[in-house]
Amino acid sequence: MTATLRAERVSKAFGGLQALADCSLAAEAGRITGLIGPNGSGKTTLFNAITGYERIDSGEVYLGDRRITGSPPQRVFAMGIGRTFQLTRIFPRLTVLENMLVPAQRGLSARQHREHAMELLAFTGIADHASALAGTLSYGQRKLLELSYVLVADPAVVLLDEPAGGVNPSLINHIADRIRELNEAGKTFLLVEHNMDFVMSLCDQVTVLDSGTVVASGTPAEVRADPRVLDAYLGGAPGDEIPGAASEPEASHG
Amino acid sequence: MTASEPAAGQQAAGTTGPGASKATGTWSSRLARPRLAGAAGLVILIAAIGFFPLVFTNATATNFGVVTLIFVAVVAAWNLFSGFSGYLSLGHAVFYGTGAYFLVVAAKDWNFTNSSVFWLLPLAGLVAAVVAIPLGLIALRVRRHTFVVITIAYFFIAQLAASNLKVTGGSSGLLPPVPNYAASTFNNPFYYVAMLIAAASVALSWLIRRSRFGLQLRAIRDDEDRAAGLGVRAMPVKLSALVLSAFITGMAGALWVYFIGEAYPQFVFDPLFDLAVVLMGFFGGLGTVAGPVLGALVLEPTQLWLNLQESNGYSAEILFGALFLVVIIFLPRGVLPTGAEYLTSIRARIARRRSAEGGPPVPVPEPASQSTPAAGGTQ
Repeated sequence: MTATLRAERVSKAFGGLQALADCSLAAEAGRITGLIGPNGSGKTTLFNAITGYERIDSGEVYLGDRRITGSPPQRVFAMGIGRTFQLTRIFPRLTVLENMLVPAQRGLSARQHREHAMELLAFTGIADHASALAGTLSYGQRKLLELSYVLVADPAVVLLDEPAGGVNPSLINHIADRIRELNEAGKTFLLVEHNMDFVMSLCDQVTVLDSGTVVASGTPAEVRADPRVLDAYLGGAPGDEIPGAASEPEASHG
Repeated sequence: MTASEPAAGQQAAGTTGPGASKATGTWSSRLARPRLAGAAGLVILIAAIGFFPLVFTNATATNFGVVTLIFVAVVAAWNLFSGFSGYLSLGHAVFYGTGAYFLVVAAKDWNFTNSSVFWLLPLAGLVAAVVAIPLGLIALRVRRHTFVVITIAYFFIAQLAASNLKVTGGSSGLLPPVPNYAASTFNNPFYYVAMLIAAASVALSWLIRRSRFGLQLRAIRDDEDRAAGLGVRAMPVKLSALVLSAFITGMAGALWVYFIGEAYPQFVFDPLFDLAVVLMGFFGGLGTVAGPVLGALVLEPTQLWLNLQESNGYSAEILFGALFLVVIIFLPRGVLPTGAEYLTSIRARIARRRSAEGGPPVPVPEPASQSTPAAGGTQ
């Protein structure tokens, strides 16, 4: 059901800014892989590169044996990769249930489609809002809706861009539990997150990105102990000059 | 996939508003009554429109009727593309005019006369649909203002072509055949054909609104890139809607030209036509099924009447321009959605008062569309 997602030597520049430089990373099948790094380190750009929202300058992306480099978003989705966005993107003028019916599905009747959607909404905990316009949902509920509709087509790999960002603590636990359950059922996750507790408790593997390059990769314990990570993430010892950490122009890009 | 968990809703406690579950439980009961009333209203409306030319036999009245029904067809068709997808077309006059010119030329070349000319209407729609394909393939690659500008450019190309080509008779125009109907009921055949096309257009909108295709269109309107990331193949979906819309618009244009009996480029490709269609769509409620019908039924007779009152005819245009501003500023989502919201808030107020007086609790519906103030705004 699931397959390893690999990015190999991916590079991408925006004008003079090298967002990704020979970036290689693997989200092993059936694992939860965390992707961390300072703002502007290229995490979201890598997500965009994988899911077809951004053309890359060089490098390859594979899902299992299939090369998906340069495929448009709808193809990437059809191949079994779903993603959420850092700033949640739902369809505000459709109801929650209608949002759930947007993703394409094979071989389901309208009624099965609907039932499946309601099951997923119950799973994520927003089934009560099924007939409300999605635009009326709170921020946390929108995060849950986005997670729900990404799951509709049962993707093998799910990319989550800051699933815990801007969400209250009890909801963070709720989201973490859902991810864990889905993972136990076989789904592969790759997630970007700034909440270190969330990442360290949830992920099997953590990859650290800085200035578009992987600076460390390993288990949460290994990564936590890695001095390069402290350097990249915390900006190093006082007085150190860390190029590209903290002061990048596209800070909101993740 | 893991099985659903009933407890999950409670876990997300921080996100669940106090009145939320109460409101959703009453959805079906809230819908039941309006639906019945809607069905009854629909039957009455169809009967009223059907009997109108039998009751009001005055030629001016039936004339108004024909043109109004043509606009119902066109605004509903425009809305099923522009209203659902959010791509505002100001180029539908191209399809209207193409259908019109096709009818005039084809009727002459193939010797169609009287009622047999009506058989050319679907063909005229088909030609307009074909004309929509290159426009769609080019213009649907861009969004919002750029899309609007390209549709306008396409319109002017068509108008310029019509004024200069031999097939359209250039600026001296063409005359379609004149049917030999009795003078007293001359308008009636046109009226019922217009009614048929209008009904088809509205029925099609309704079907699309309920379909998966319609859902994809509305998802594209809300966030096209996100829809693509969920597997929606945006281009074929948008193009299909545009082509369908053009088909009906072309039929309506062909009927209109046969009715008015003359085809001059400045009237067949008329920029005011596009503005009128867009205004009627906005006025009634963009992206709804009934909105365009309401817009056309209210505004087109008003415009025709104003044209009759004034010798110069400009005052109608100034008035419509002013109305356009008023609608965009005060009713950006249209009369129907805004009215529905108003009703909901009144009902909620009554419910609150009743529960304050200790009466039986009436569920308070959530103001469903509060967060979409720009719903009808330019996309």
